[in-house]
Amino acid sequence: MKASLAEPRGPDTGRSTADVIARYLSALKRRYLLMGALTVLLIALALQAVALGAYDLSPLKVLWALLGRAEGPQAAVIWNIRLPRIVAAVVTGWGLGLSGLATQTLLRNPLASPFTLGISHGAIFGAAFAIVFLGAGAVSASALHTAGPADFMFSGLYAITGLAFAGAMSATVVILILARLRKMSPSAVILAGVAMSSLFISGTILIQYFATEIEIASVVFWTFGDVARSSWGEILLLGLVTLAVTLYFLRRRWELNALLAGDDSAQGLGVSVTRLRLTGMFLATLATALANAFHGVIAFLGLLAPHIARRMVGGDHRFLVPLSGLVGALLLLAADTLGRLAVGSGTLPVGVLTSFMGAPLFLYLLLKDRP
Amino acid sequence: MTLETRGLHFSYNGRPVLAGLSLSLARGESVGILGVNGAGKSTLLRCLNRNLKPQKGAVLVEGRNLADLSGEEIARLLGYVPQNRFTDPLNVFDSVLLGRKPHIKWQASGRDLQVVAEVLAQMGLEKLAMRPVASLSGGEAQKVVIARALAQEPRMLLLDEPTSNLDLRNQLELMRLLGRVMKDKGIGAAVCLHDINLALRYMTRLVLLKEGGIKAILTPEQLSPELISEVYGVEVILAQVAGHRVVIPQEARGEPAEGGLDAKLDRETVGHDSN
Repeated sequence: MKASLAEPRGPDTGRSTADVIARYLSALKRRYLLMGALTVLLIALALQAVALGAYDLSPLKVLWALLGRAEGPQAAVIWNIRLPRIVAAVVTGWGLGLSGLATQTLLRNPLASPFTLGISHGAIFGAAFAIVFLGAGAVSASALHTAGPADFMFSGLYAITGLAFAGAMSATVVILILARLRKMSPSAVILAGVAMSSLFISGTILIQYFATEIEIASVVFWTFGDVARSSWGEILLLGLVTLAVTLYFLRRRWELNALLAGDDSAQGLGVSVTRLRLTGMFLATLATALANAFHGVIAFLGLLAPHIARRMVGGDHRFLVPLSGLVGALLLLAADTLGRLAVGSGTLPVGVLTSFMGAPLFLYLLLKDRP
Repeated sequence: MTLETRGLHFSYNGRPVLAGLSLSLARGESVGILGVNGAGKSTLLRCLNRNLKPQKGAVLVEGRNLADLSGEEIARLLGYVPQNRFTDPLNVFDSVLLGRKPHIKWQASGRDLQVVAEVLAQMGLEKLAMRPVASLSGGEAQKVVIARALAQEPRMLLLDEPTSNLDLRNQLELMRLLGRVMKDKGIGAAVCLHDINLALRYMTRLVLLKEGGIKAILTPEQLSPELISEVYGVEVILAQVAGHRVVIPQEARGEPAEGGLDAKLDRETVGHDSN
């Protein structure tokens, strides 16, 4: 233990408090600058991503098109093929990153994410049910080789999306009801999530047992997360929900910080801990469930993004809330663009890439945080 | 500020912890709450802060019923430091700034930063302001938590075992610092303590709890060996050493103490779930 601490000062206290505040403000400024830099990076990457692809475009032309000045095939490629996919990647990545942060903070567990809570498995179960029992999913052969929402891979997409969303939300609701009724501790909520995951996995296996090869292929293909599936209407819906969820957590950023000091301390600071935990979990999982329903399972992003954001700005939710979204958006956009360019004529589902990035990080965190 | 409880009843799963407890704390007092594990010290403190809602009875703050106040209003009146704390991943300044949460609407104002900086100076923490709380020693981290409670600008502090994890030097330093800051700001404190010697030395009044009720309320000078042995089930000698009254325990009595270790473990499990 360190020997003693400085005694409070007499006359020069005024100067030293001004000094402390100045140092604090300059530290804040650095974090704001970092956030600004990442925002610029995201915009630049998005513009570049629109330009990249089989049909050659320059970023300048892209800007031109965005201002409504392009016509003909260029405008069609940009507005109908590339842009929806890129906006979908940004919105989905933002939502998943933010939801991951929220679950980690609300459940006070660095390994919590919508994925580990069984929400994604709920979505897979719902989608599998729609594909196999409602005959919703005939994979069109061209799907693997073309990009863009023009070639929907599944007929009956709405049945799949609807049931995937229902599956994801049912996991959420079961966990929240358990948490509410039994007043469960955060760690018990995580265990409930593990139980829900394995229940849904068993359910999915059971469905696949009764399915044909083509249906199984459809289910498997659906689980590869892919941001190219949605059109503007779905993207808009997802965007609005994600925006609302972001605003909620921004509004509650001080309360999330207070929660870091423990439930008792947070309550002592005037936070209604139970209400915050329930509302926050509901909204975080809502954004994830919608993203999963539209774009399949994009694994590990919810885990990865908040941890990277924490490395950059520490534990303060004033910065973590926007930054987790930013990092999630950047990662998913980068991974999707990489997947789009890497596989010659077609696309690699982005969910595969995020799993490759995320799983090693998961292991690294386990090694690092548990001495 | 006065803090008053009237006929407070609280039970965990049907087992009464507080049974009709009535108490009144006057402004500026430092009140030590003493009693064995399971006697209801922490429960009382948490009821005073509305972290727990009593099944019967009321807590009055300056005549206003605690049940009618919002969480933030309570947090502006009472600064609560719980016993079980988590090391937050913030730096010292941000951690203390959390104490301004009940005052902050959307953005921390210049005044919020000023209050934090002044509290840091009072607690001797200004050199550590930018350090992560996780990198501090136990004594320093405890000061951060108390600084946060002071940043709330409360009229009274509620401290649950503030010295329990500290070494001898840090215990004395913290109590002395607390005494000085409380006097400067004219605020009172209710402090749960296990260490009777610290209570005798730094508290102006003592409340002895037994079986969920009040055994005695008295000044440190009035505390008698008989009373201590009645409350704790241990024979003691009260001696005057170097100007301080100190308690020297003798052998514990044969029978196990009422509300002993089992009771405490039970209560803590239940208490955690109720979060």
